[in-house]
Amino acid sequence: MNGKPTFSEEVSNLLYASEGNPLKMCIQCGTCSATCPSAPFMDYTPRRLIGMINADMREQVLNSNAYWFCASCFHCSVRCPQEIDIAGLMYALKRYSMWKNLYKEDLIGPTFSETFVKTIINGGRSYEPILATSYLFSYGVQTFLMEAQNATSLMLKGRIPILPTRIKRLKNFRRVIGRIIPVGGAE
Amino acid sequence: MKKYSYFPGCSLEKMALSYHQSTHETTRKLDIELVELDDWNCCGATAYFHVDELLAYTLCARNLAIAEKEKMDMVAPCSGCFKNHYFTKEHLIHDPDLADHINYALEADNLHFSGNINVRHLIEIFVKDVGLEAVKEKVTNPLEGLHVAPYYGCQILRPRKDHEDVEQPRFFEDLMSAIGATPVEYPEKTRCCGGALIITNRHAALSMVRNLLLSAINSGADVIATTCPMCQVNLECYQKQVNQEFGTDYMIPVLYFTQIIGLALGVTPNRLRIGSELVLPTPALSQVR
Repeated sequence: MNGKPTFSEEVSNLLYASEGNPLKMCIQCGTCSATCPSAPFMDYTPRRLIGMINADMREQVLNSNAYWFCASCFHCSVRCPQEIDIAGLMYALKRYSMWKNLYKEDLIGPTFSETFVKTIINGGRSYEPILATSYLFSYGVQTFLMEAQNATSLMLKGRIPILPTRIKRLKNFRRVIGRIIPVGGAE
Repeated sequence: MKKYSYFPGCSLEKMALSYHQSTHETTRKLDIELVELDDWNCCGATAYFHVDELLAYTLCARNLAIAEKEKMDMVAPCSGCFKNHYFTKEHLIHDPDLADHINYALEADNLHFSGNINVRHLIEIFVKDVGLEAVKEKVTNPLEGLHVAPYYGCQILRPRKDHEDVEQPRFFEDLMSAIGATPVEYPEKTRCCGGALIITNRHAALSMVRNLLLSAINSGADVIATTCPMCQVNLECYQKQVNQEFGTDYMIPVLYFTQIIGLALGVTPNRLRIGSELVLPTPALSQVR
């Protein structure tokens, strides 16, 4: 390869299950954008985002909210006539922006994902009340109150765990994780 | 008797305890034995894939390795858990380098995965392994007069696994017909509930939920049946928020398909934990003739 990889090549390399550069196959038909239930809320539609990646518009792409608005429903991926895994691409952009600390500010997604991963590393299982602290305080007053009301109703129905559950072989579990990524004090 | 490794997943421990309990009640009636996987861990949901893909596969591989030790196929009732484990297995089979790397990590917990078991979603067990005819035979209280909107959601269908029909599936409708209920046709049945966007992008998720509720109600449904705890929470627990945001007055109960089947098999509502919902299904269930 000559020189620096293009942004499209960089992103393609992060698409685990794909071979080659599937993004280059995009014919800009817009099936993904028409299918996506989140598209009306994105600053750029999925079709446009792929176009921008292929045009090497790195900064504008990373500064977009679009990939953090993907709900992972995979509807675009099963409909793409060029068989591009677009939902997989959105995951790749999330990871890329988190590694490089380049995502748009005022998004809840990145902090929520990080807290989620930390919760799992700590106990092996998910625990809603801890996760809630990662996003509750970024809500406006009204949403915050609605959320609190909802939590109370669910608690009265016995649907909110009081204490987190932990797996038994937690020490081994953390050693497994430590062989994949460096985790402070895990191994 | 058919026997499986059962992977409940984090939601079923508390938030979706009714799914857990109704799964056990109904499978017992159908002569299926579910053996809970020993010391299982979280599958990583969608959030883990945002941070590290390799680690996400490793988490699922640990569960798969434990199930393989027991020599039984793994059954997951949550669509997200099912999808994550299913594709982890696929990737591990087709990529020996990935398998080597992950198995090296699993050694730290004395585990190894060779790809010798299958991953199934709970609803497949009812539809394919038990079979619609056999389910029908066990029905003692056919749910005649109950209009059910079978809600597929996303991850039991997508990504596509083989060459199955992901646009117009029918198996959920057929299952509801087998227990005497009337499945309603509505265009949104495979659309997304918003998933974790309910947390990270509230407005977008509520609008997706509204479209689904509207579509199901317009087609005359008394109740929505789900196969996933995330869908259940979004469609049911956030109905009030939808009403506030869009000035609507929806009040449609959302039950797990196992709760509905349980009723038809003669399990008491109490044992199916009917009543732990925020939108009570009692008025809708009184439709049953």
